[in-house]
Amino acid sequence: MDQRFQIGDAVLTVSLPAELDHPNAEEISQEIDQILQGQYIRGIVFDFAQTTFMDSSGIGMIMGRYKALGMRADSIRAIRVSSRIERILKLSGIHKVMKICSRKDQEDGKGEDYGADK
Amino acid sequence: MVQTNEMQIEFDARSCNEGFVRVSVAAFCTQLNPTLEEVADIKTAVSEAITNAMIHGYGGEVHKIWVKCRIQGKEFCIDVIDHGVGIADIEKAMEPMFTTRPELERSGMGFAFMEAFMDELWVESTVGEGTTVHMKKRIRR
Repeated sequence: MDQRFQIGDAVLTVSLPAELDHPNAEEISQEIDQILQGQYIRGIVFDFAQTTFMDSSGIGMIMGRYKALGMRADSIRAIRVSSRIERILKLSGIHKVMKICSRKDQEDGKGEDYGADK
Repeated sequence: MVQTNEMQIEFDARSCNEGFVRVSVAAFCTQLNPTLEEVADIKTAVSEAITNAMIHGYGGEVHKIWVKCRIQGKEFCIDVIDHGVGIADIEKAMEPMFTTRPELERSGMGFAFMEAFMDELWVESTVGEGTTVHMKKRIRR
């Protein structure tokens, strides 16, 4: 497993690439599914710190993993989201099932509760 | 007279080409002095259209896709053309969350994103002959 994935307390944190497009989204979906098959994961945190580009393939990737986790409340989160990516996430409607912490929130100390503490 | 400038890219429908095509389109557009937000809008819209051509138009088979760009005054026009299966019901295809390929976990948001990020979007398609997606964005400054 490479640096892209970290697991703590059954929560998987995925460091997303700079460009979350169709080829990258497909690859990450497969890799996450492989991890989900191997062990119990109760939540996924999508870390957008590096991400500057995303299209609807990224939305499909996140929706698919949400389904894989049984569509449970609070099972997915997005952190360190730029304003551009936040706009795309909200346009897709996915923010209704996924908490979004923007980069600004994090700097203000509002994004501290994400991850493994639930 | 309004000054025009055109360019065209022909490329294989391989997903590894998506990045370079949207970056090339964005680079061509910079002569209009767009904002970063406008460039990002164009890149996302182009990405949606070429992904559609690859996945739906050609069903993953490798054939040619054409991206034609035209600058006309402050307007940036993009046509994304495939000679794939075509779309039987364009109106239905453009509904958010509609997808003909649920097994591929597409979000069904492709056309909705193109519509949101561009000023104009219209689609011409003939079943068995292919699809052309026309998009237009006015660069504000």
